[in-house]
Amino acid sequence: MVVGVDLGSRTIKVAAVEGGRLAAFKIAESGYDPHRQSLEMIRDYRPGKIVATGYGRHLAKRHFADDVITEIKAHATGARYFFSDCRTILDVGGQDTKVIALDQIGRVQNFQMNDKCAAGTGRFLEIMAASLGYSLSEFGTAAMRGMNDVRISNMCTVFAESEVISLKNHGAAPADIAKAVHISVIERLIAMLARIGYGDSVVFTGGVAKNPAAVNLLKERLGVNILVPDPPDIVGALGAALYGEDGTTAALTDNKS
Amino acid sequence: MSAKQFEIKSYPDMWESLGMDVARFEKARCVLGDAFQTTFLSQENRPQRMDYFNWLISEMHGGRIREILDAKKEGRPVIGTFCVYIPEELVIAAGGICIGLCGGSQGPVPDAEKILPRNICPMVKSAYGFKAAKICPYFQAVDFVYGETTCDAKKKTWEILNREVPTYVMEIPQMKRERDRTLWLEEVKDFKAQIEKGTGKTITADAISDAIKIMNNKRKALQRLNRLQHHIPSPISGKDVLLIEQIAFYDDPVRFTEKVNLLCDELDERVSKGVSVAPASAPRVLVSGTPMAMPNWKAHNLVEKAGGIVVNDESCIGTRYFKDLMDENMTDIESQLKALTDRYMKIDCSCFTPNDERVDQVLKEYRDSGSQGILHYCLQFCHTYNIEAIKIKEACEKNGIPFLAIESDYSPEDIGQMQTRIEAFLEQIKG
Ligand code: SF4
Ligand code: SF4
Repeated sequence: MVVGVDLGSRTIKVAAVEGGRLAAFKIAESGYDPHRQSLEMIRDYRPGKIVATGYGRHLAKRHFADDVITEIKAHATGARYFFSDCRTILDVGGQDTKVIALDQIGRVQNFQMNDKCAAGTGRFLEIMAASLGYSLSEFGTAAMRGMNDVRISNMCTVFAESEVISLKNHGAAPADIAKAVHISVIERLIAMLARIGYGDSVVFTGGVAKNPAAVNLLKERLGVNILVPDPPDIVGALGAALYGEDGTTAALTDNKS
Repeated sequence: MSAKQFEIKSYPDMWESLGMDVARFEKARCVLGDAFQTTFLSQENRPQRMDYFNWLISEMHGGRIREILDAKKEGRPVIGTFCVYIPEELVIAAGGICIGLCGGSQGPVPDAEKILPRNICPMVKSAYGFKAAKICPYFQAVDFVYGETTCDAKKKTWEILNREVPTYVMEIPQMKRERDRTLWLEEVKDFKAQIEKGTGKTITADAISDAIKIMNNKRKALQRLNRLQHHIPSPISGKDVLLIEQIAFYDDPVRFTEKVNLLCDELDERVSKGVSVAPASAPRVLVSGTPMAMPNWKAHNLVEKAGGIVVNDESCIGTRYFKDLMDENMTDIESQLKALTDRYMKIDCSCFTPNDERVDQVLKEYRDSGSQGILHYCLQFCHTYNIEAIKIKEACEKNGIPFLAIESDYSPEDIGQMQTRIEAFLEQIKG
């Protein structure tokens, strides 16, 4: 058994793989001590090998992981497990957003990551939800009900937050604001996708892919098929584990059948 | 020199006499020394003759400054510049010293931001901050600064800098038509006149001839180093080559040339014995884009820490500085200056439009160096390089060359992000 650990800025994801199959997975908050937290999560699996990815991968390598790969390669590998011929991946996590283009056999051809700021990441949505008094899941559902009456024009988290508050004070319906916030994020994501190019389907991964409004709006505005793995947020951990199993990504193309 | 003992030598009295903020500089000196230790001296299997360059770094703010001050006492001009468009040949012909003053450190950026806007190029902010905070002995030692009009951030900063140190400005055209070349030639004549005014002596054709040879030899030595760096596996790290190219802007050109050639002799030997600093399988990266002034080692360091190797640097600290030589056969000043124009107008800086020869040059260097990917490094707010990256990217796509564009400044904040991108890029190259 090989275990992949994705040490993200907000959550840790663990996926266990046996014979090219996803055997088990876990997701937990990173907490104060991501190292301890990861070990805690891995304990039950007794893996022969551990591959780390994500923001904390080098920390993991120093303490317990046998190997590391980047989030980019991990997502490329993990996404192909679910969708064996996918060419474009959009991953929107807590603080990072990335778009990855794959070639026919699944090698990374090109990628883009967001800049230092939180715009276009899960964090942006979280902050806006909080300023509207929604929980994250309520936020997505509310946006589904929202109308296209208002717009958020600022991408900077700080300015966007005051824009949200001022819309609220002017009596705009919270659901409409929620929708506007989602649209502003989706537009940012579409711009990133456009830079890399995409075909007729996009694999959408990361915590934000659990948000129905984000998925729908992306589908609607991009006009392509949006494929969401289940669950969408363990793709990196899974990819790391699969990589650990055979050391390459090329052999994974057939995993779906 | 033992790796443990490295420090940048302290010369508080000399710094005091230069009007520097000694207490603050003392701290910066220690930080820089530590950074140099971890970035350079920790490398395995470095060529032995890097010792000279280590030594020069340790004397960067001392011994070398002393040499410069001694030259000044003899009445030799010392001129600070910010662009490889300012012809060093003329400074050397006047018996003078030309110092590249570009700033590559985050330290003085907050000083600059007290006055300059925050959203301009970090190189300009860093350089200006060095002067404003009085923490660069070179800046304190120069007779005057000769800036240029290559980009907006620079040309408008000269007006502000002029309050702190006499700053003249050379107009660099933005296109390369005949009338632009004529204009530049006139500007070069003004530059020459300005130097002559300072020294009270005219620059002779003979002196220019000698200076052309000195600069050609320096450039040839750097070309030789560049070719050796291309060898698979590389006998020297990209970081070390970057360091040498940075030192090229401070050191005495004749001594520097000799030391680079001695190093190259050692590298020749390494190549024939198969000694290298990275395995042949290490992903080979060409760096292209904005210059990296001392001590900006971020990109090269991240590539090599992640197991790759930089085998070519196309920037103005790299090949753009030394790829073109000058005709040595002119004997009268008029034709020498025309030859100078021919040489300098080949500099393919993104400040020009159009500048498609740079795209071809990058592709050529990519092939010559046996690179496997192009990392486009652009300083934040450098619009010309940032926009030109589009064309480099398209050329890479057309030729199936892995390409990564990074925009960065001198702050350490984005190191994590940059590291992830660079590691992913190396994974991409490895396939
Ligand atoms: S990049 Fe352009 S402006 Fe900067 S030093 Fe080079 S030629 Fe001068
Ligand atoms: S890097 Fe760009 S913005 Fe900065 S000084 Fe050079 S040309 Fe100007």
